[in-house]
Amino acid sequence: MDKIDRELLEKITDLHKIELGAFNIRKNGQAVDRKNTKEIEIVPKKDKSGIDVYIKPNVKNKAVHIPVIITMGGLNDLVYNDFYIGENSSVTIVAGCGIHNNTSENSVHNGIHSFHLAKNSYVKYVERHIGMGDGTGGKILNPITKIYQKENSHLDIETLQIGGVTSSVRKTFARLGENAKLEIQENILTTDEQTATTLFKVNLKGKKSSVEVVSHSVARGKSYQEFKSNLIGENECFGHVECDGILLDNARIVSVPMIDAKDNNSSLVHEAAIGKIAGDELIKLMTLGLSQEEAENTIIKGFLMG
Amino acid sequence: MLRLENICFAPVDNKDKEILNDVSLKFEKGKIYVITGPNGSGKSTLVKVIMGINNATSGKIFLDDKEITNLPINERANLGISYAFQQPVTFKGLKVRDLLDIASNKKNDFNALCDYLSEVGLCAKEYINRPLDDKLSGGELKRIELALVLARGREINIFDEPEAGIDLWSFDNLTNIFKNMKDSTNIIVSHQTKILEIADYVILLKNGKVEKIGSYSEVKPYIENTTCGRLRGKDGQN
Repeated sequence: MDKIDRELLEKITDLHKIELGAFNIRKNGQAVDRKNTKEIEIVPKKDKSGIDVYIKPNVKNKAVHIPVIITMGGLNDLVYNDFYIGENSSVTIVAGCGIHNNTSENSVHNGIHSFHLAKNSYVKYVERHIGMGDGTGGKILNPITKIYQKENSHLDIETLQIGGVTSSVRKTFARLGENAKLEIQENILTTDEQTATTLFKVNLKGKKSSVEVVSHSVARGKSYQEFKSNLIGENECFGHVECDGILLDNARIVSVPMIDAKDNNSSLVHEAAIGKIAGDELIKLMTLGLSQEEAENTIIKGFLMG
Repeated sequence: MLRLENICFAPVDNKDKEILNDVSLKFEKGKIYVITGPNGSGKSTLVKVIMGINNATSGKIFLDDKEITNLPINERANLGISYAFQQPVTFKGLKVRDLLDIASNKKNDFNALCDYLSEVGLCAKEYINRPLDDKLSGGELKRIELALVLARGREINIFDEPEAGIDLWSFDNLTNIFKNMKDSTNIIVSHQTKILEIADYVILLKNGKVEKIGSYSEVKPYIENTTCGRLRGKDGQN
């Protein structure tokens, strides 16, 4: 593993000062290192590229890391990772992809993940995406996440895309059982001419199921972000989507809300606000001694990382 | 010392509407100044002009003989002016500890954060990692706003209606904070009797002009003669 590999891995995983536990590291389309534990088994797929991750029932406070790094151009990586979380288990899963592309050819990673949460299980899923390197080739990420939650399960997702990714299309589909809870916090920064598209579709099938989606977007330069959400209430349920965007320079953010109460006991809320940094926030930080530029950066950092 | 010379202010988009008209004042070190007056008399505008949030249409401002009239807000802040907003500003993502670190210009440990917050009657454990957003009550935001000024520890402290919304906390605590800041100049916009009582000087503004300046007992008759001169009592009631 060289310096670039280590830097990418640190940037994807350094937020999480937790014991490494089981892991699978994928580099340039190949698994390069893997470790199982007695509670968590990682099995390579036989029919296609990817892994099945089995977390046994009643496992408490363990972690799985499955980072992906790409350090070459001209690669179109497609990987399927499926997670099966046993009843009553509680785990943290840290995924993410770092692309370092110094070439003029595109580097593409398509990570297709599925999560199968058994009854009473809890998963904290952290996904961090970053693009680096001076090449003109694109750093392109297209994650798809499919979520199947059984009763009383709880999935807490944190997605962070903090720059350097030329283009991303992120799709998340979820089906929630009785009293299942899904929380998603998505933070995305785009600059230059980057584009980022997000689509959430959540079917609230189970009684008293709930979903909370909070999206924080910062778009600079001539970048473009699109946020589409679709909450479908099919039972007595609660859903809330909040999309906040900060625009700088000549960037553009589009938010397309959709809430569909198929059951008349559904309670669904969508909030969206897009605009420049509020003038009073800048003034407040300037009264504390920060220049306008420092104040802007502080507000953006807090908005994305806070 | 802070000195204002012939300050006038009118909004850029309505130059005929003069809100401050030829205001000249001196603020000396170690003194408490309370600016009072009827609604619309120009109190908040005056302190905003001192901080640079509003720029004076004409006139000059000096801080220790350095002219600051045309300096931006942050440069005035770094020269030693602090400002507590009437309506505290909230943020999405920034935590109470982030703001205290920025205000004090250092990374504070728990004990230091605890010192700032306990001064305003808040328990650091409960607050330092909370976002400074609108989930906090108006009173909590107002007290944190005061703590930010304490964390800055600068020479000139401006408080725009500091008592608003903190009625669950005793006024004595609030006035004690001002009394304890002996090394600085405190400029407070207020209608509150208890705050006027601790002033070394009360400045009565009316129609954008200084109507009277002096001790509270000297200025009190003039306040009572203004059309909106009824003072607020100890419990924040009229």
